[in-house]
Amino acid sequence: MTAMEELFIRTKAENRAALIGYIPAGFPSKAACIEVIKAMVAGGVDAVEIGFPYSDPVMDGPVIQAAAEQSLSAGTGAEDVFDVLKATTDLGVPGLVMTYWNPIEKYGVEKFAQSLQAAGGSGVITPDLTIEESGLWKSAAEAAQINRIYVVAPSTSTARMPLVTSQCSGFIYAASLMGVTGTRNSVSNGASELVARIRQTSATPVAVGLGVSTKAQAQEVAAYADGVIVGSAFIRLIQESENFETGLLRVQELAAALADGVRR
Amino acid sequence: MVSNNVDSEAASQILGHFGRFGGRFVPEALISALDDLTAAHLSAQNDPEFQRELAYLHRTYTGRPSIITEAPRFAEHAGGVRILLKREDLNHTGSHKINNVLGQALLTKRMGKKRIIAETGAGQHGVASATAAALMGLECVVYMGEEDTRRQSLNVARMKLLGAEVIPVTQGSRTLKDAINEAMRDWVTNVDSTHYLMGTVAGPHPFPTMVRDFQKIIGEEAREQVLELTGKLPDAVLACIGGGSNAIGIFHRFIDDHSVRLIGLEAGGRGVQSGFHAATITGGSVGVLHGTRSFVLQDGNGQTVESHSISAGLDYPGVGPEHAYLHEIGRAEYRAITDAEAMNAFSLLSKTEGIIPAIESAHALAGAIDIGKELASAGHSDAVLLLNLSGRGDKDVQTAAEYFGITL
Ligand SMILES: Cc1ncc(COP(=O)(O)O)c(C=O)c1O
Repeated sequence: MTAMEELFIRTKAENRAALIGYIPAGFPSKAACIEVIKAMVAGGVDAVEIGFPYSDPVMDGPVIQAAAEQSLSAGTGAEDVFDVLKATTDLGVPGLVMTYWNPIEKYGVEKFAQSLQAAGGSGVITPDLTIEESGLWKSAAEAAQINRIYVVAPSTSTARMPLVTSQCSGFIYAASLMGVTGTRNSVSNGASELVARIRQTSATPVAVGLGVSTKAQAQEVAAYADGVIVGSAFIRLIQESENFETGLLRVQELAAALADGVRR
Repeated sequence: MVSNNVDSEAASQILGHFGRFGGRFVPEALISALDDLTAAHLSAQNDPEFQRELAYLHRTYTGRPSIITEAPRFAEHAGGVRILLKREDLNHTGSHKINNVLGQALLTKRMGKKRIIAETGAGQHGVASATAAALMGLECVVYMGEEDTRRQSLNVARMKLLGAEVIPVTQGSRTLKDAINEAMRDWVTNVDSTHYLMGTVAGPHPFPTMVRDFQKIIGEEAREQVLELTGKLPDAVLACIGGGSNAIGIFHRFIDDHSVRLIGLEAGGRGVQSGFHAATITGGSVGVLHGTRSFVLQDGNGQTVESHSISAGLDYPGVGPEHAYLHEIGRAEYRAITDAEAMNAFSLLSKTEGIIPAIESAHALAGAIDIGKELASAGHSDAVLLLNLSGRGDKDVQTAAEYFGITL
């Protein structure tokens, strides 16, 4: 059982949702990225998703694009991603990597799964890997005993839903709306309906991402989901704070507020 | 290899694979739209009414069939072989792009959608999309890298005159690949109302198959025309390769004609060795970009590397998966042509035949010079080369004037 799976058993016992934070590796720099993760965890984030910055992130909105671009221009590569992951799991929280497919393929599919496992990682979220193209990844991830987390969207048909959800382990990533990452004023009301549709096909925990940024939104989502994923809101605090120290404080404050939210 | 190809064709209709290439690497949110599009394309292919409507538009709007022009004075510089130009430059809007755009615009209406989005590099696909949108009363948004809006400002103005909205893309390298990223993001967000009218044979299934099906008319016409003119099949068919749509369009009908060499000319920029090029098959490696597995220009971390070419329409770090497959099975050959070689051929065709080609097409012309000389020196100076003149050079006058030092 991965640390991520253990986390969901614990949060379920505590009758609350898990809070999952996201940040691209190497943003705003490799060392500072680890500081941000520490601030998230100090505030109450339960697990961290580390983004592998990619040149062509079609699922990401402007906030994450800018952060990834900044990280890439500093030369962030696979080894940096695994270093940040290791630093995260060393804090005692489950760590995941979120990456577009090509960096995995380039690194070597089996080797990627093994390196992730060696860094203490629980699994990988693959936003552009369709289940139809997943053959190699399935065997590599199973061999390394890590979770494969696919995204399910409001447009996923009822017929297709079980084909995707049956391939997920750790949790199922429910995209709350049709769109890219970024903060929104409200969480789409399609999200709860989507989670209900997912639950009809699978007993695997469901975490909701895309557009969650406030305590109230976290609270709302925690009422029907097992996990709440927050990314852009944290990144914006770092981008918009007058200096990094202030940014860290704000990240910790937001994490604490969200952690309050997921406790319903 | 013939049966191999037939198999791959059957498979490509189902999964969109060409050997180990192609497929779908996209956000789950797009799957249902891609499935709908695949179904709409298949049903349209089998619908005589749809085919009749498209054929009518091609005859009365595009100006099809496009003619074949022999280029004897140009051919003197190519070892004296015969060179036949398939004149896609004479199509309405000035390139082959309109063939695909009219087909997909009709499909858009068939699917009940009212808005199209498109990416464009040189602006030819954007202009063709804006044209079809005007013709059919669709809303049209074109994404174009900020860098390309400067290089191709005339086409930006044309799109606006046609009523389209042009959105300059300021992310990443600000060229075609970033315009595709933005178009995909728009599509993920507005997929219910919007069709993404992709301009080449790249992207997730069904785009490589569907765009090919709308472009294969080029080769179907040309094969008849060459047979009528010369009484035999050509020795080689040549085309430039950006994403690969004009090339697959002229190649496709010839794939089973094993005596016919198929030759794709990629943009070699300042030379493949220099690293500043867009020769994806010649100088790239296998990877996934924009939803499909093919050849990609990428670094050791799988990050896409910027491409470079004097031709905005070829300046793309990916290539259609069917070309990757034809390369892998050895059915087609791919070579790189430098900026300088292309511009030389551009000037030569203009001065020997009175036809100013698109700089994209000039890459195929430069390839014809090389191939013609090779064939002649091997004793085949009676060889016949069929070349896809994919577009006209009006849009490139500014670039060419700068290149040749002509003051405007
Ligand atoms: C005239 C012309 N030829 C060729 C191309 C390259 O595209 P493809 O390789 O899809 O034919 C373009 C693209 O803009 C073009 O405008």
